[in-house]
Amino acid sequence: MLIHVNLNDKPVSAEIAPDLLLVDFVRQHGCYSVKRGCETSNCGLCTVFLDDRPVLSCSVLAARADGKCVTTLEGLQEEAAEFGAFIADQGAEQCGFCNPGFIMNALALFRDNPTPSVEEIREYLAGNLCRCSGYEGQLRGILAFLDWRKEGAV
Amino acid sequence: MITIQNYRLVDSLEEAWTLNQKRSNRILGGMHWTKMSRNPVNTVIDLSRLGLDQIEESDEAFRIGCMVSLRQLETHPGLAAYTEDAMREALRHIVGVQFRNTATLGGSIYGRYGFSDVLTIFLAMDTSVELYKHGLVPLNEYAQGGFERDVIAHIIVKKSPAHFRYLSVRNSQTDFPVLTCAAGVYAETGSMTSPENDPASPALLQADCQPGYAPAAAVRLCIGARPGRAILLEDANHILKAPLTPDAISRFADYAATQVPTQSNLRGSAQYRSHLVRVLTRRALTQIGGDSPC
Repeated sequence: MLIHVNLNDKPVSAEIAPDLLLVDFVRQHGCYSVKRGCETSNCGLCTVFLDDRPVLSCSVLAARADGKCVTTLEGLQEEAAEFGAFIADQGAEQCGFCNPGFIMNALALFRDNPTPSVEEIREYLAGNLCRCSGYEGQLRGILAFLDWRKEGAV
Repeated sequence: MITIQNYRLVDSLEEAWTLNQKRSNRILGGMHWTKMSRNPVNTVIDLSRLGLDQIEESDEAFRIGCMVSLRQLETHPGLAAYTEDAMREALRHIVGVQFRNTATLGGSIYGRYGFSDVLTIFLAMDTSVELYKHGLVPLNEYAQGGFERDVIAHIIVKKSPAHFRYLSVRNSQTDFPVLTCAAGVYAETGSMTSPENDPASPALLQADCQPGYAPAAAVRLCIGARPGRAILLEDANHILKAPLTPDAISRFADYAATQVPTQSNLRGSAQYRSHLVRVLTRRALTQIGGDSPC
């Protein structure tokens, strides 16, 4: 079947199998930041935006993205680099495998709720697993980023 | 992993129903659970184009499309107000925002999953399932099984005046629950009778086949993840009277712990679960407090 997807602001048309998953579709089109972690809808590594909402691309048929906008970390380089620097400053991650999915969902959080509380941050990002860390470094990085952004707005 | 031969974005519920009569075909909800199955599927049926992703609210009821996501339910102001935030509490622990953005209410109800927070909270409300062919079926009847080849179009929740609380216990965040508990304390009392054909569990509510059935009991206590699917318990012995006193709540919690069947699995023993039934029942009713109308 033929689908037409706006992938990172570029139109992509492709003939796909009915059971192709979105994670495989975006990787076939060069978006290697999107990874398979658990493949049971639990780890958050495969997070992409589908029409600006974060979803687990390992559990979405590519067919369902037909006519929609799909955004991966490759399409958010500037935004991701800006925020990612604060995570790196904290030495928050060790292996970094979870980082793209984590950054995607953190950016979704900032769009949904520009000034989240610590509890709201924890709740929104609960579906992003990191097996190296205890999440405290990431939390410090997020809070530092939010402080920096708040100061910039003054 | 699932394999799919054909994908069909249907134009009508009739088309979906017709396709769904073949056992090798399957309706797609959020696909999180479906994806885990090993059965090859001939045609997956996608209802995404039917406008069933809306929550309609009137003075009397919520009419919720089957394709409404758990996240939509979690963030809906009207549902939050009616359930006194119990809806949000029931959903916010399920995996993560990304999961809840695509997991659907229809899929969650259709699956009648034992671990389901969704089934637990909706059973505590005055809920009916609107099926394309069978029409309105009380959720408590639907939850018993059957209707597999019909299509859920909407879930209807009547705004019966009530107070709600939702509690769950998890071994770790985002895991399946060890036990779920939803309590609804209703303004009206009435004729919620025990099924005559189940003398072993006289207080457990089974099906009520009347369309438009209203749960007139004072208390709808729903316990899920037992680990079997959620069941309702009524106050058959009229332990609870207005106002809810700590002593009556405690006795009802003891009663619930003896009446709700529990089993063991890797997340907890039957004994532990029965203990949790007592604790969560007491907490939920205590939080609802002495100003309840029952």
